[in-house]
Amino acid sequence: MSRDVAIIGVGQTKFTRNYQGSLREMVFEAFAEALRDAGITAREIGASLICSAPEYDKQRSPAGLLAEYLGLNPQPTFVLESICSSSTTGVRVGYSLIKAGLHDVVAVIGFQKMSEISSAESQERMGRGADIMWEAPFGSMMPAYYAMHAQAHFARYGTTEEDLALIRVKASKYGALNERAVFRKELTVEQCLNSAVVSSPLKVYDCCANADGASCLILANADRAKAISAKPVWILGLGAASETMSLTGREALDGLRAARLAAREAYQMAGLTPGEIDVAEVHDCFTIAELMAYEDLGFAEPGKGVELIRNGQTSLGGRIPVNVDGGLLSKGHPIGATGGSQVRTIVLQLRGEAGPMQVPGAEIGLVHNIGGVGIYSNVIILGR
Amino acid sequence: MGFEKFGPKSFTAQTRVAEFADKLAAGEICATRCVRCRRVYFPPRADCVSCLGNSMEWEKIPEKGKLVSYTRVQYPPAGFEADAPYTLALVDFGEVKVFGRLSNAVEEAGIKVGREVKPVVLTTPDGQLTYEFVLI
Repeated sequence: MSRDVAIIGVGQTKFTRNYQGSLREMVFEAFAEALRDAGITAREIGASLICSAPEYDKQRSPAGLLAEYLGLNPQPTFVLESICSSSTTGVRVGYSLIKAGLHDVVAVIGFQKMSEISSAESQERMGRGADIMWEAPFGSMMPAYYAMHAQAHFARYGTTEEDLALIRVKASKYGALNERAVFRKELTVEQCLNSAVVSSPLKVYDCCANADGASCLILANADRAKAISAKPVWILGLGAASETMSLTGREALDGLRAARLAAREAYQMAGLTPGEIDVAEVHDCFTIAELMAYEDLGFAEPGKGVELIRNGQTSLGGRIPVNVDGGLLSKGHPIGATGGSQVRTIVLQLRGEAGPMQVPGAEIGLVHNIGGVGIYSNVIILGR
Repeated sequence: MGFEKFGPKSFTAQTRVAEFADKLAAGEICATRCVRCRRVYFPPRADCVSCLGNSMEWEKIPEKGKLVSYTRVQYPPAGFEADAPYTLALVDFGEVKVFGRLSNAVEEAGIKVGREVKPVVLTTPDGQLTYEFVLI
């Protein structure tokens, strides 16, 4: 089990519909919180990895701008992108830079200000995160792709719309507890089932909330982590994989192969099994995505994920609490900030600082962060 | 040039497989097959990832396929408002899978994963060439 790189500081803005300030100001909020949390200054950061999906940014080449505003010149800075999994890709690259000995301390900064463009416009841009020659011309978009996965899962395993509604009800319960979440209302199964259809069988409440937000993680090597931090959280395992962008290249649609491969690699590196995970953050951009994650991560056999949600096993007090911070569904999904926010939640859980969302005694946590419809997948296992 | 004629809304004009659109105009939906190693591709590719060859021949896709999955889009992305609602589908033809739309003439109640469908060529009201799936 590797204990070479730790997370020593975490920060996140409140996720909101429309951040009342500029992009740089929003990112500064998360960065300042992470620096204070780590107890270091910007000068001690060897490199900054700026994680965002640039199609939503008005600012071109944001790394340069942000390094300036955050006081991170003249250290190296660059952008990393894997759509919704950009900031866990940042963790992977940050880990590598530190392991390679190039830097002792690295900042992974994720953000998106989704309100800079309209919702329809953002759907169209997300659609172009699919093959623009052979799929986007038909009017494809993210909800439709996940809806096709849901339909395939329904057909193969008998999963129902009610099962998906239970996932949203759970997310809304914890979103209501999370002061940083964009969606604070508790929802009922009926409200979920009666919400308007976006792309069948997915309805409005099966879809995550677009949000503005930023996250920041400070990574350090073992020497610096031990010197600086009272409660370092160690990166025990990392896994990453990719899958064909076009659905035509996929074996099946009832799970995400890249997630299964990334999970296997992360478990192997950490020397842990799914049963040893105490708390998990999974990429629930849509309710069906959380259900597939249960199965792809090995929390349940393929087709048996529904039993976890039906029996409350993924709620607080259950066998493996999942997304007890509201998840993307209720906490919100500012694309580039999401992975960093998921990692932050797990870090707080492992430090015992998750407040009303705390999983008592959590020692091992897992983050599952997906880019696009399973195109990119990062799984990270953390331990205290 | 030429490929901008393909699809309800095109984002690409130039490609070495632009002949796909000409084939559609002639009523054929074609995959490409590598002349050297015989691997078949849909979506059509100009380059073979197996043998790195780039000599391809056109080959009609089968008449009959099975519905892998589908979704009825009610809230479309920008630029597709006039088309909604429409049904996106993935169809398995054995050697290849094809992504596209299911005909709006098909009632949603009649759609089921595993259902047999066939592809047909059509021209949209604004003159774009495309294909869609209909029930057999």
